[in-house]
Amino acid sequence: MSDRGDHQVSEQVAAVKLTSITKRFGSVAAVDNVDLEIADGEFFALLGPSGCGKTTTLRMVAGLEFPTEGSLKIFGDEAGTLPPNRRPVNTVFQDYALFPHMTVEANVAFGLKMQRVAKQEIAGRVQEAISLVRLEGLEQRRSQQLSGGQRQRVALARALVNRPKVLLLDEPLGALDLKLRQEMQGELKALQREVGITFVFVTHDQEEALTMADRIGVMNEGELLQVGTPAEIYEHPVNRFVANFIGQTNLLDASVVSNDTVCLANGVHIPGKSDLPVGTRVAVCLRPERAGMHRPEEVPADQQSVVGRLESVTYLGNALVYTVVLDWVRLEVRRENQPGGYRPHVGEEVAVSWTLDAISVVRA
Amino acid sequence: MSSTVQPRGSTKIALTAHSWLVYLFFFAPIFVLIVFSFSDDNNVGRWGGFTLEWYQDFVEHNQLQNAVWVSVRVALLSTVISVVLGTLAALALERFKFRGRKVFDALLYLPIIIPDVTMAVMMLLFFAEFFDILESVFGWDAQKGLGSITISHIAFNISFVSVVVRARLAGMSEVLEEAALDLYATRWKTFRYVTFPQIMPGVAGGALLALTLSLDDVVITQFAAGPGATTLPVFVFGLIRRGVTPLINATSVLMLAASVILVALSLAFQQFSGRGGRPSLRAAREAVSAPPKTNTQIKEGINQ
Repeated sequence: MSDRGDHQVSEQVAAVKLTSITKRFGSVAAVDNVDLEIADGEFFALLGPSGCGKTTTLRMVAGLEFPTEGSLKIFGDEAGTLPPNRRPVNTVFQDYALFPHMTVEANVAFGLKMQRVAKQEIAGRVQEAISLVRLEGLEQRRSQQLSGGQRQRVALARALVNRPKVLLLDEPLGALDLKLRQEMQGELKALQREVGITFVFVTHDQEEALTMADRIGVMNEGELLQVGTPAEIYEHPVNRFVANFIGQTNLLDASVVSNDTVCLANGVHIPGKSDLPVGTRVAVCLRPERAGMHRPEEVPADQQSVVGRLESVTYLGNALVYTVVLDWVRLEVRRENQPGGYRPHVGEEVAVSWTLDAISVVRA
Repeated sequence: MSSTVQPRGSTKIALTAHSWLVYLFFFAPIFVLIVFSFSDDNNVGRWGGFTLEWYQDFVEHNQLQNAVWVSVRVALLSTVISVVLGTLAALALERFKFRGRKVFDALLYLPIIIPDVTMAVMMLLFFAEFFDILESVFGWDAQKGLGSITISHIAFNISFVSVVVRARLAGMSEVLEEAALDLYATRWKTFRYVTFPQIMPGVAGGALLALTLSLDDVVITQFAAGPGATTLPVFVFGLIRRGVTPLINATSVLMLAASVILVALSLAFQQFSGRGGRPSLRAAREAVSAPPKTNTQIKEGINQ
C-alpha cells in the first residue's frame, strides 16, 4: 500500500512517545531502553515472540506497569506514573476480561459510569458503540452466553465507547480460531479507519502484523530491533532475527568483503550491498518466493546461484516448495504452480538463483 | 462414565449394601432423636405417644431462651466481624506481595489445625491475663460473657472465612481488576463493582460457614463464657449433666435444623461460584435450565 509510508511522525505531536524506556522485573530487563514514536491515527503493531517485552511495553502505555526508567508521553503529556484510570487510553485485553457478572450493555457502559457521565448520554453512547461493533440485540446477554468473536466485539465496544485517544489491543485475535481471525483482521482495520483513533496492538503473529498494521515494531528480548512499514520490514530486515521472524526466509552465512560484495560461507564472492564494515559477519537473506530455480547449466547470466541437490518437493496447491540441500545450507524455493516450466525431480542437481535486488544483507 | 469401570455382579451388590449401611450409620441416630423429641414420656428412651409439649417447654424455658439469644447475637456479631477481617486477609494474601506473606499465610491456618481444647485453654489464659491488665491499667473490672465469647469465635472464624474467600479469589482473574482500572474506576470502585461481586459467593459461603461454626461451638465457648452469658450448646451441655429429658431432644432437633439450613445455604452459595454470577434467583433458574452437566463439570463445580 502506498499510503503506509506517509505518516510524518515528526510533524505533529506523537500519540505515544517512549524515550529510553526500561522496565525491570528484579534484575531482568523485560523492556530494555526502547525509543518509539507512534503517530496520531496510526495502526501500529508491536511484534515479537512471547516474552520479548511487547506486552510489558503495552501495559506501560496502559498504566498497568510503570517504567523503571525513561519517559512515556501520551499526546505530549508525561504519563509514566499516571494510574490507568487517569490516562486517555483504553485496552482490549487478551482474553477480553469482560465482567462476567454484567450484561453486554453494563460492560460497555462501565467506563462511562466510572467517569460519571450523565445517564442519558451513557445510554446513547453505549447504543452507538454497540452498533459500531454490530452487536445489536445482544445487549442483555452475559459474556458466558457469547461466542469468542462476539466477546471480542464487546471488549472493543467497551473500550471505544470512552473515545480514548489511543486504543491498546493485547493479542486481540489470539483467542479466535483461524477463520474468524482472518475475518476480524479486516474488520479491525476497517474499524480503525472509521473511528480514526490510534491503535497499538501486540501480536506474535507476523502475518497479522503485516496485514493490519501501518507500521510494525519488532521486538526481541526486551529490545526494539526495527520499526518500519510492513514492506520495509519484510524487504529490508535489519538483522537475522527480524528476517527470520517475519515470513519465511533463507539465510546464507556470509561476511562483508566490500560495500557491494560479500563472501558466502562456501568461499564464493557475490554482489551484495551493505553499509557494514569489512569483515562483519552477515547473512544473505533470500526469500523463498524470490529465489529462482534452474538446471545448473541454464542459470541466466544476470543471476547469482548456488548448486545443490533437490531433497523434497511440497505441493501446496497454489504453489510448490522445493527444499534444496547444499553441504553448508538448506534452502527453500517457492514457485507458483504455473503450467509448464522447470519441474525438477527429487535427487536432481538444481541451481537456486537470484537477482541482486532479490536479496538483502543483514547483520548475523 | 465408561461402562468398564461400573461395578458388576456381587461387587455391585456389596458396594450398594455398603453405602446403605453408611447412610444408616449416619442417619439412624438423627432419626431416633427426632422421633423421641415428640415422645410424651419423661424418660428419654421410651415412647409415650405423640406430643409437642417439649417444643412448648423449649419456647417457655427462660434460661434456654436467653441462651438462644446469646447464641444468635454472638453468631451474628462474630460472623460480621470475621467476614470483614477474613475477606481482607484473603485479599491481601491473594493479591499483594509483601514481606512475611508466607508466614502470615501459614499462621492463618493455625486456628483450623489446632485442637479446640488447646484453643479453649489459650482463650481462658488470654482473657484471664487480659482482664488483669484491664483492671490494673484502667481500673476496669471486666467479666467474661458475651464479649469474650464473641472475640473467641471471631478468632477461629477469620481463618475459615479467609480460606473460603481465597479459594474464590484464586479463581478470579486479576485482569478483571486491571480492566476496571483501565476503564477509569478508582481502586475502591474496582473493588465495589468488580472484585466484590465476583467474590460474593465465596464471602456469602464463608459467612454462613462462620455462622454455623459459631452456633455449634461448645468447647471453646465453654472456656470463654462467664456466669453472665452462655450460648445454647453450652447451656444444653449443662442441662445434660442434670439429667437428660426429652426437652434436650427437642432443643437438639431445633439446633440440628438450624445447622442443616445454614450449611445447605452455604453450599448453595459456593455452588454458584462456578457460574461466576450473582447467587440470585436468576442464577438458580439458569442452573436449572442449563444443559445437563458432565460428571467432570459437576466435580469441578464441587471443588470450587
